[in-house]
Amino acid sequence: MSELALDTAAPATLWQRFTRKSLPLLALGFLVILATVCFLSPWISPYDYKSQNLLLGPTSPSAEHWFGTDLLGRDLLSRVLQGGLISITVGLIATLVALFVGVIYGIVAAELGGRFEDLSMRVIDIISTLPLTLIVVLCTVVFGQNIWLIFLAVGGVSWLTMARIICTKTRQLKSRQFVDASVALGQSRFGIILHHYLPNLAGTIAVYATLTIPNVLMLEAFVSFLGLGVKAPMTSWGLLIKEGTDVMEQCPWLLIIPATTFALSLLSLSYLGDGLRDAFDPRSNKN
Amino acid sequence: MFLYVLKRLAEMIPVLLLVVIATFFLAHAVPGGPFDKERPLPPEVKLRLEVYYGLDQPLVIQLKNYIKNLLQGDLGPSLKYPGWTVNEIIGSRIPVSATLGTVSIILAVLIGIPVGVLASSYPNSSLDRVPMGFALLGICLPAFVLGPILSLVFSKTLGWFPPCGWGSPIHLVLPALTLGLITAAPLARLTRGELLEVGQLDYIRTAKAKGISPFRVRFIHVLRNGILPVVTYLGPATAALVSGTFVVESLFDVPGLGRLFVTAIINRDITLILGTTLIYALALLVLNLIADLVKAALDPRLLRKNP
Repeated sequence: MSELALDTAAPATLWQRFTRKSLPLLALGFLVILATVCFLSPWISPYDYKSQNLLLGPTSPSAEHWFGTDLLGRDLLSRVLQGGLISITVGLIATLVALFVGVIYGIVAAELGGRFEDLSMRVIDIISTLPLTLIVVLCTVVFGQNIWLIFLAVGGVSWLTMARIICTKTRQLKSRQFVDASVALGQSRFGIILHHYLPNLAGTIAVYATLTIPNVLMLEAFVSFLGLGVKAPMTSWGLLIKEGTDVMEQCPWLLIIPATTFALSLLSLSYLGDGLRDAFDPRSNKN
Repeated sequence: MFLYVLKRLAEMIPVLLLVVIATFFLAHAVPGGPFDKERPLPPEVKLRLEVYYGLDQPLVIQLKNYIKNLLQGDLGPSLKYPGWTVNEIIGSRIPVSATLGTVSIILAVLIGIPVGVLASSYPNSSLDRVPMGFALLGICLPAFVLGPILSLVFSKTLGWFPPCGWGSPIHLVLPALTLGLITAAPLARLTRGELLEVGQLDYIRTAKAKGISPFRVRFIHVLRNGILPVVTYLGPATAALVSGTFVVESLFDVPGLGRLFVTAIINRDITLILGTTLIYALALLVLNLIADLVKAALDPRLLRKNP
């Protein structure tokens, strides 16, 4: 009771609720800085990521090479930045593809409803019965090791969960009174999707986007582990980690540095997702 | 109950059939065939091979023949390993992956769920923060990083377990530990989240107000309801583990289904691809059914709603 009476202050905005906790903010800051540095790396990285220095060979971190050099004497800092450029791009593009397909599929299925919805969800069930490995490996085999098509393939298998969640959420929205009112006022189906469904789904979409990126990064790393990912001398975090595990005893820094960068990014994305969820759902803030 | 299981089993048949059809066309859509080698075969030889395996016929006829044999339990001959049938090859790999997968999932449940319960019992204390920090780290570490690290520590440095191979229980330790830890991490987080959420519901407050001991509230009232989504998660997770995991099998040189599957795709061994996909799909469907039955046992209302 007292809660109701006292809560007269203006409700906190999304940003205010997000910044209430320090960890998600820290995660966001880390990700923004890392992504900026990676995307600027073609201009600011200290060395060329693919120029070899066989005379130098592998050296541990030093003043000239902050992260050390790999077996072919290539500067690891430059390679981690270049790998980040590729991995972050894969993560973002594949997630965008997954969001685009998943959101449209989910909303349309729920809006049409009835048999169509059942059928659409069944299709998703059947696709998820196919092993993910089969689809990803087949795509990379069919498309060749073209990096742009790898983005699409990875995105193409990541939309299923998104579609399921959006469908459930939209079905809940559909029975809300403000949607009924809007229908009664003569709003078109498309208008309802645009003005009522999408704004109300924004939170869910944002949260699952931050949770999809780590999955995509893992998938990219897996494809690189198979040797079907990006081709040398191009590199990605997955490939760097794989190369690192091969020589982890002789040159541990070649594993530790890329793996730490990778893990920190995933950790930050995870905290960012939690923070966004709390910000969008004020109810969960109280505990 | 019995009828429900029968109905669910009957529903699997069309799904499996669709999986076979989808995989069949996917596998045939890949450019290159099983007989393409670095040195091309003479066209006559290739043609003879294709006629022998029935690959010269129209796809629809091939599919019909495949399904006809499948209904008799025959997965066909392997195209890449002459003289072997897919049944024999898969049959020799299933026990390996099933053993490794079962041990891993048991390990994951034994680690993940108690950690989640503990963390949710003392939210925001160090008993929550420290294990959940590790769980988050576990989620962020790919299997091909954790595997080599475990191998370096327990095999190379301490010499407790063999680094790779298969055959005796001791070979199982490192791969099962890798898979178990990687699966335990999300399990612990999920358990903690669900239990915290259920712990806030009205009937829990009522139970506490009635004076039921905190221990009983935590384990009977909260755990029994909060564990349901965890069981849902365990279905597909177990299916993925028992039907083979490529990364861990390659790292520890385990002759399981996961490696077989990826090799089959790379070799374009179409019958072998179909066979392994079918095994995975079957494992997934059966384990989802088992998960649903476990949930129904925990919460009988679930079965009453859709009999």
